[in-house]
Amino acid sequence: MTAISVLTVALVLLPLFAIFAYLVYRGIGSINLAFLTQTPKPVGEPGGGMANAIAGSMVILGIASLLGVPLGIGAGIFLSEYGRNRFGDIVRFVSDVLNGVPSIVIGIVAYGLVVMRQKHFSALAGGVALAIMMVPTIARTTEQMLLLVPQAIREAAYGLGVSRWRTTISITLRTATSGVITGVMLAFARVAGETAPLLFTAFGNQYWNWKMDQPTAALSLQIFTYAISPFDEWHRQAWAGALVLIVLIVSAVAAVRLAVKHGTLAGA
Amino acid sequence: MGVGITVERLNAFYGKTQALFDINIAVLANHATALIGPSGCGKSTFIRCLNRMHETIPEARVEGTVHIGDLSVYNGTSATQLRRRVGMVFQKANPFPTMSIYDNVAAGLKLNGFRNRKQLDEVVEKSLHASALWDEIKDHLHKKSGASLSGGQQQRLCIARALAVQPEVLLMDEPCSALDPISTGKIEELIFQLKEQYTIVIVTHNMQQAARVAEFTGFFLLGKMIEFDKTEKIFTTPSDKRTEDYVTGRFG
Repeated sequence: MTAISVLTVALVLLPLFAIFAYLVYRGIGSINLAFLTQTPKPVGEPGGGMANAIAGSMVILGIASLLGVPLGIGAGIFLSEYGRNRFGDIVRFVSDVLNGVPSIVIGIVAYGLVVMRQKHFSALAGGVALAIMMVPTIARTTEQMLLLVPQAIREAAYGLGVSRWRTTISITLRTATSGVITGVMLAFARVAGETAPLLFTAFGNQYWNWKMDQPTAALSLQIFTYAISPFDEWHRQAWAGALVLIVLIVSAVAAVRLAVKHGTLAGA
Repeated sequence: MGVGITVERLNAFYGKTQALFDINIAVLANHATALIGPSGCGKSTFIRCLNRMHETIPEARVEGTVHIGDLSVYNGTSATQLRRRVGMVFQKANPFPTMSIYDNVAAGLKLNGFRNRKQLDEVVEKSLHASALWDEIKDHLHKKSGASLSGGQQQRLCIARALAVQPEVLLMDEPCSALDPISTGKIEELIFQLKEQYTIVIVTHNMQQAARVAEFTGFFLLGKMIEFDKTEKIFTTPSDKRTEDYVTGRFG
């Protein structure tokens, strides 16, 4: 039994390490200061980097998290604390369906919702698309985590004269924090590498842009553009971009985990 | 100081099932009153009607009147206001697992918007003294989580948490049923001291416990209160045959 579980763990970890090792092998050579600080150079000129895409990815993911995390957690709270009824079942079903909608379709929705109205591509539109993708994952994991909190804990708070709403926020949600954060990180990591929903929302940009309502570069878009180009130099940069993207996601997840662990008491 | 409790014609329901039938009782202030009876007889439901915890269960409802002191429980009082005056200790110790010992005790005050740090410190220390836990945990107030304590300590932590909101009545729903004899002894000792300041209603499966801690005892059977009298009378010369059968161990 132990042997089988060790074997399955190895099988699970192997692809991850293989991907990471191959990314390092292909990408590390092109990562240098210029890559991290400069914008792309025109075709034919060597050098240049993806600094604007790194920053753009962070901005877009920031917008997505700002919109998606509160919405998802709010929906999860509703499902677990107030959704034990027919309406809750409908929300649960819709959320599971939304989870299975292809990401490019969600891109189209964001295009219709934001881009068409603003009349141009923007970081905001990209953020909205990614936020829509984050919501169902966060909502369902939050619901499951809150349901794991024993009823006795809620009753303890009610017994102290704490209102139901306050109990939900300060007791139930707080007790389930680490599980809820796991759900948030799952959703974050999933959308962080998404390319399709950004194609006609954030669109990409060869230059620096800090305005939320302007076309914005993103690492995944830049990787896509460079990878399908015919130039070797761009291929190398695409590998480097992929490596940077993975490292960014891993460090974001690790940082949040560390912060949560730091805030936890002994024996909790 | 504790206040008395008057219950008149109390009926409680879970959906269509009636769990309590026409309960009338007058609980004396600053005394401990025990409720005994076989499992499922409605004694827990009854004390959950006293602080309106019963209605937190979907489809549960209550009829009749309850007065805690001069406060009408089901008429013109909000459940949250009421519960600050009627503390509750549950069958299974339920400290807030992510909070430190200090925050557990302070929770009732903090979550109701009380922020004065110095006064909180005082209340926490006083409550932990009152629940006879202070000496055991005073060095780890902020470092250890409430869940890291032993079962008996956790239950005393829950008592301290209930006392910190300064209630007038303390409801205890089988507070010792999950504890070993030593922890049980400590909690019983505590009940003795606490009734100087609080009115205590305790549900128990353990008849010796009722005899040890309570001046008055009520016997419940199938949702009805069969007999309510001085503890001594219930255990020595009960007036109802069913009470006698139960306390002598012939059933239940």
